[in-house]
Amino acid sequence: MSAKTLYDKLWDDHVVRTENDGTSLIYIDRHLVHEVTSPQAFEGLRIAGRQPWRTGSVLAVPDHNVPTTDRTAGIADPVSRLQVETLDQNCRDFHLTEFPMSDIRQGIVHVIGPEQGATLPGMTVVCGDSHTSTHGAFGALAFGIGTSEVEHVLATQCLIQKKMKNMLISVDGKVGAGVTAKDIVLAIIGEIGTAGGTGYAIEFGGEAIRDLSMEGRMTVCNMAIEAGARAGMIAVDDTTIDYVKGRPFAPRDGHWNQAVSAWSALKSDEGAEFDLVVRLDAHSIQPQVTWGTSPEMVIPIDARVPDPADEPDSVKASGIHRALDYMGLQAGMPINEVSIDKAFIGSCTNSRIEDLREAASVVRGHQLADNVKLALVVPGSGLVKEQAEREGLDKIFTEAGFEWREPGCSMCLAMNADRLEPGERCASTSNRNFEGRQGKGGRTHLVSPAMAAAAAIAGHFVDARTLVEKENTQ
Amino acid sequence: MMQAFTVLNGLVVPLDRSNVDTDAIIPKQYLKSVKRTGFGPNMFDDWRYLEPGEPGMDHSKRTPNPDFVVNQPRYKGAEILLARDNFGCGSSREHAVWALTDYGIRAVIAPSFADIFFNNSFKNGLLPIALDEAIVDQLFREVEAQEGYRLAIDLEAQTITTPSGGVIDFEVDEFRKYCLLNGLDDIGLTLKHADEIRAYEERRRQEAPWLFQE
Repeated sequence: MSAKTLYDKLWDDHVVRTENDGTSLIYIDRHLVHEVTSPQAFEGLRIAGRQPWRTGSVLAVPDHNVPTTDRTAGIADPVSRLQVETLDQNCRDFHLTEFPMSDIRQGIVHVIGPEQGATLPGMTVVCGDSHTSTHGAFGALAFGIGTSEVEHVLATQCLIQKKMKNMLISVDGKVGAGVTAKDIVLAIIGEIGTAGGTGYAIEFGGEAIRDLSMEGRMTVCNMAIEAGARAGMIAVDDTTIDYVKGRPFAPRDGHWNQAVSAWSALKSDEGAEFDLVVRLDAHSIQPQVTWGTSPEMVIPIDARVPDPADEPDSVKASGIHRALDYMGLQAGMPINEVSIDKAFIGSCTNSRIEDLREAASVVRGHQLADNVKLALVVPGSGLVKEQAEREGLDKIFTEAGFEWREPGCSMCLAMNADRLEPGERCASTSNRNFEGRQGKGGRTHLVSPAMAAAAAIAGHFVDARTLVEKENTQ
Repeated sequence: MMQAFTVLNGLVVPLDRSNVDTDAIIPKQYLKSVKRTGFGPNMFDDWRYLEPGEPGMDHSKRTPNPDFVVNQPRYKGAEILLARDNFGCGSSREHAVWALTDYGIRAVIAPSFADIFFNNSFKNGLLPIALDEAIVDQLFREVEAQEGYRLAIDLEAQTITTPSGGVIDFEVDEFRKYCLLNGLDDIGLTLKHADEIRAYEERRRQEAPWLFQE
């Protein structure tokens, strides 16, 4: 038997049948559902008179539209409210497990799946959300789907797919102190571009990836889609298994040992062939800041914003020019001179307990800069929030002038009330800096939690390591 | 049943930007709808109108941005969108495809597409066609040079014919082509294999029982 990649193994384990042209029917183990991309799928089931194939595979949660302020009054926006109520009703009608807004376990779908052990190594995991790639951190095949496919999975437990190509991104060596998972993945996107992974399933490997906690690995896989890859994944090791153990949906009783033994095979075999291998030197990765309107428009904190005059390709040069114009930046200016209006710490990329600890370690003992109008901290789930409060992180944030909110997607995409006004500039731990993503005319700079916290304190982008160092030498 | 796609002779509108993301195609405030229809007036909403838009507004009363290509009178009624590389990147929102089809776009031609958007298109009778960058460049030049520029797309033959009679071949997966030509609901096709799905489940239940722990 020839050597297989992790993706080859996950794929082979889930093929139900394959047509002559390679189109395959793939079985789905876990289907995560949220309120935005599911109503039309449930409507489709009703129209066709179909029932969900396996209700136990579904876990649903409202996250995009939920308010992050006091929830006792419900959702003020009637359109958002209807969408959340529609999910509640669909879950009741079709007998699906849901964590409604009032449940302590409610949170961002990509935070709660792993938190509950509903995401397991070796699974196929799908959700009507592109950041489903997050769950690949567990050695799972996880990818985002459209609403028609949500309906397809509900009705058949399968998806029609063609196998993707294999890419290995190896981050070799160790990163320097204070360089985070977010910096690693932004550097990767800067290297291969936002379409670099199109058509591929990416496996992230190398010492710097192996060294990451599960939270860090989820941050990296989360942004595989920003590199164009539907699926990102990381091999299973002790870090993975230790994280999963004891979680509510994790294998129980006699199944645990059997599962762990099966999971130990979830890595690429020695000598497995990849269609493309990209290597990055971990030592050379610095804290990153995006300057433009695509995640690939990213530079290290000590660098300058690019000049379109230096770009030979005319389509790219006009893209740089348009991005600078939208972002209100001058070509060649140092990124650490750019001041911000708001900061957002949250999203499916960076709202887990480790992210909040990382930001709090920078914030401790400082105050929000006068020019920063709002700094939001939005935990990824009710349970993350509870744990952070047990550790006193909420106090560190609120004493510094940050707002401590209820869990949800919040200002990552501004479907609820949290958003940027036109022209406002934000240091954001989210995943997309597209035009208008955080509000029409809003200007988003993607950074790590430490870098967002540091920018909120300094009032402009700054190397977070310098703040922490000062702290340590005092 | 989705709308079948066989042949199309349509006016072309050129959108000369790369990395057009699905947030740009349909901004987030319109995703609150629980319906599949009515997204057309909000296709490219931030670029298309001068004032900010919200769901429930009468969009016909808003001021169109005269600089945005879709608003130019010569492209009114366009059915084919000509775009640059990595079209449809970002969010998985199928609403982006629904906005394009609701507006009247039936085909998108670009050097490359993001995977999820590409896949969503086929589920809704929208044909995404990937062509070499040099050919796309040439099409951009021809569209801009000639008012009323139309392309004739024949899915069965997998050809695009230009006004001067030039013929461009394109690739499409056999299975996707079959579904699109016949307007087939692929859930119905998959359910024909229900026995195989059940057999797979039985086997997996033995191999990996924890996956069926409910």
